[in-house]
Amino acid sequence: MSSPRFTALVTGIAALAIVATVAGVRNEYFFSAAYTVLQFVVLASAWNILGGFTGYVNFGSAAFFALGVYSSVFLHNLVQAPIALSIAAGTGVAALVGLGMGYLTLRLRGVFFAIATLAFAQVLLTFVVNWEYVGGARGAYIVLPHGPPPGFRSNGQVLFAIMAVMAAGSLALARWVQTSTMGRGLAAIRDDEVAAECSGVPTLRLKLVSTTLSGGLMGMAGATFPYFLLYVEPGGVFSLSYAVNSIAMPLIGGMHSWAGPLLGALLLGIAQQVLQVTVSADWNLFLVGALLVLFVTVAPEGIMGWTRRRGRAREAPP
Amino acid sequence: MTLIANALVSGLLLAGFYAAVSVGIAISFGMLDVVNIAHPAFIVLGSYLAYFASSWIGLDPIVTALVLSPAFFALGLVLYRLYHSSFERRGRERLRGLAFFFGILFVTEVALILAFGVDYRLVNTRYMDTTWRFGAFDLPLRLFVPFLVSLGMTLSLQAFLSRTFFGRAVLAVAQDELALQLMGVDPVRVKAIAFGISIATAGVAGALLIIIQPVQPSLGREYIGLVFAIPVLGGMGSIPGTLVGATILGVASSFTSTFFGPSWSPAVSFGLLLLALALRPEGLLGKAAR
Repeated sequence: MSSPRFTALVTGIAALAIVATVAGVRNEYFFSAAYTVLQFVVLASAWNILGGFTGYVNFGSAAFFALGVYSSVFLHNLVQAPIALSIAAGTGVAALVGLGMGYLTLRLRGVFFAIATLAFAQVLLTFVVNWEYVGGARGAYIVLPHGPPPGFRSNGQVLFAIMAVMAAGSLALARWVQTSTMGRGLAAIRDDEVAAECSGVPTLRLKLVSTTLSGGLMGMAGATFPYFLLYVEPGGVFSLSYAVNSIAMPLIGGMHSWAGPLLGALLLGIAQQVLQVTVSADWNLFLVGALLVLFVTVAPEGIMGWTRRRGRAREAPP
Repeated sequence: MTLIANALVSGLLLAGFYAAVSVGIAISFGMLDVVNIAHPAFIVLGSYLAYFASSWIGLDPIVTALVLSPAFFALGLVLYRLYHSSFERRGRERLRGLAFFFGILFVTEVALILAFGVDYRLVNTRYMDTTWRFGAFDLPLRLFVPFLVSLGMTLSLQAFLSRTFFGRAVLAVAQDELALQLMGVDPVRVKAIAFGISIATAGVAGALLIIIQPVQPSLGREYIGLVFAIPVLGGMGSIPGTLVGATILGVASSFTSTFFGPSWSPAVSFGLLLLALALRPEGLLGKAAR
């Protein structure tokens, strides 16, 4: 399917789905759970643009998420900024830091890059813990100035709608990156960066675009988070579970296509919501970690790769 | 003046402990090229075992560490075999191996939380509250005993690697795996044993950790920056280099917590790691080409 038609179709389905759920679903818990799952769709898609398409493993997803979160908290403390402005600021700040991370790839490749992103997250955490204006180690409260806008019954519904739009946008962006010429260039970098450079692929420019998009989307997902929880503290925002989830979801779904992170985020996200309600919050983290180890060992191509390989085997018997 | 002198002394004592924490990474990451990001999780596991041995049968953490080190060694052997058959043998999938260890780190941490909760655990030994004084210097045994154990462990590892036949085989595997194979040695076996040794050092480091400070399951990730910064600073896969790197980080973080407050000291290790990676990835004592 051509890209404009696909985008139109996705936009239509997403818009219909959002309107129908907001109008039809009465259960407030549903919106909170759906928000969390959709947030993982954004994070997983964002991670995959750099990790799956370009082959640079980012362990610092929590850092970019936190950049969005704390941009919102900062603007809220400063001028009680409206949510749209916070989202724009969070996306912008995280994208800029992503750009910086892109320049880091000039010196650091492979494993060293991955360790550097982990270190970056920890440095940022230390700064936030020591920065009293955004709450420091105690955390920060957000007080929403007014009730939901007309047409919505609660703020939970508004946030759900915003996150659904962001998830659809991230998927469309990821699909565009994958199918454009840029996606081919990124795949060439993933397979062999030196060879790509030698064949005239503008590796630095592509990597910069990739890290900027990936970082910006993660910041965007974080920007609405303070409005969702109304209280944020560094331990929760920088939780390792964001990093693990945003790696596990693409790995489990399949990293070479935009649909893999979507599949992984839906499966793992919903499973975690169910486990959280029925068992406990710690067990759902255990599940994510265990599935990550299992998939990376047994089915490194993820569910998509596994089904594709089976399909191929059926078409062309050896 | 006294403040600076004491910061220096406790920095050096801390450096000894840091060497124990990171020498395993110098072996696994530096020599075997296995990016064991889960190393700190095994350190915390060692702390928990030392805690239980101490609270149930009153065993000193260091005795526990020595008794349990064969178990940690075996764990390392098994883990390396799994890693090798799933990732290394298939080639080029080093980044997936990284995700594998990241998952192990996370699973170990969550398993400890599920089993024992998020409370801080600590042990009490006779020497922990004693402090020797030499004029202006304080020498707390709580730091000095781990310092001695760690130095002993690190130096005997260095002697083992440079003097024995097997140790030289490990160094050879770090340089040229294929050549070693041509000499009739099985590099996988050599690497499995060396990896086992590196995990055994994590168990010992865990026992030292719980002597120095209370431990809770997610403490491990604070040590990720540290355990990688030290070998990278010291030039990967060199044990004397690890001692140098540990000294730099130990003194730097002791001065930071003395003059800026302890909440800033994690930034030091991770910040130095970032700087080292960005400016001189081959390390202070490392060779330029690799």
